[in-house]
Amino acid sequence: MNEARLYLLQRLSAMILAPFVLVHLGLVIYAVRGGLSAAEILSRTQGSLFWMLFYGLFVVAVAVHAPIGLRNVLREWTPWRGQGLDWSLTAFACLLLVLGLRAVAAVVL
Amino acid sequence: MTPHKELEVDIWRGAEDGHFHRFRVPYRDNQTVLDVVTWVQRHREPGLAYRFACRVGMCGSCAMAVNGRPRWTCRTHVSKVSRDGALTIAPLRNLPKIKDLVTDMTGFFEKWQKAGGRHRGTASRHDPPARVPPDSAPRRAADAGVECINCAVCYAACDVVSWMPEYLGPAALNRTWTLLNDERYDERQALLTAVSVAGGCHSCHTHGSCAEHCPVGINPTLAIAGLKRATLTGHLPGGGP
Repeated sequence: MNEARLYLLQRLSAMILAPFVLVHLGLVIYAVRGGLSAAEILSRTQGSLFWMLFYGLFVVAVAVHAPIGLRNVLREWTPWRGQGLDWSLTAFACLLLVLGLRAVAAVVL
Repeated sequence: MTPHKELEVDIWRGAEDGHFHRFRVPYRDNQTVLDVVTWVQRHREPGLAYRFACRVGMCGSCAMAVNGRPRWTCRTHVSKVSRDGALTIAPLRNLPKIKDLVTDMTGFFEKWQKAGGRHRGTASRHDPPARVPPDSAPRRAADAGVECINCAVCYAACDVVSWMPEYLGPAALNRTWTLLNDERYDERQALLTAVSVAGGCHSCHTHGSCAEHCPVGINPTLAIAGLKRATLTGHLPGGGP
């Protein structure tokens, strides 16, 4: 994938993440301050198509955004370059995706 | 500034493992940093290596780091930059040091080639000259960047170059932008490919140091933003192949 496409993907994912992070933080504050129990939270998320799509898309955006940014940081601050770097960060993207989707599945299914 | 009878000038001597030597140089009311370096070479240290040619801001060969900032020494008055009669003069950053104030600019110029900075025309010398409307948007965009004289001040000012040796740098990318806006250029799509490599235009952090330091007043950051936009949309300024 060329640099222009990675650059575009990182910006597009950032556009998704910016509002999603705010909603997520608002949600965390609401849940904690409101004193919701785990059971109460699960009762609202399980079977909810909205929360499945919201956090599903959130996880995909993170899995796209973070490895591209990390790749830029590593190339600027270390001599690491080339295919080894790219494959390592592809693996990192897959890890974020799997862990994230697993967590989403755990609260919505 | 209060006039000093003498300037205390620290000048870099040697290559990468060199160090600063202090020289005392007579203060003059009208004196450029290049005058100071020349005085040192003529009166104190004949072996001092430095570059200059035109002395009037046209050739781009005398750029050095003066008190840590890259500048044309021929157009920098001592009275504007000395601090209590002290000056520090070093070779430009981000370029290998050869000796004293002279840097190896090979990599800098090679990056111009890598970024496609060579004119490939659509017409031959047998064709009539192209008529380019001076007020068209692409022509004005090219005009804004075309006065670059390759002095490498922007390249020395750029932090991204210092972090990523393969980054093409502001000067080369600014050149690509002017060519992309030149309707007489034949392979404009290839230019977008040339700057979409690792270390291409997308590595720019938009710090704006290049624009801040450019002695000609060019804004390479803006040119690089234009390149990024063009690589994303595939849209060539002014249309065309």
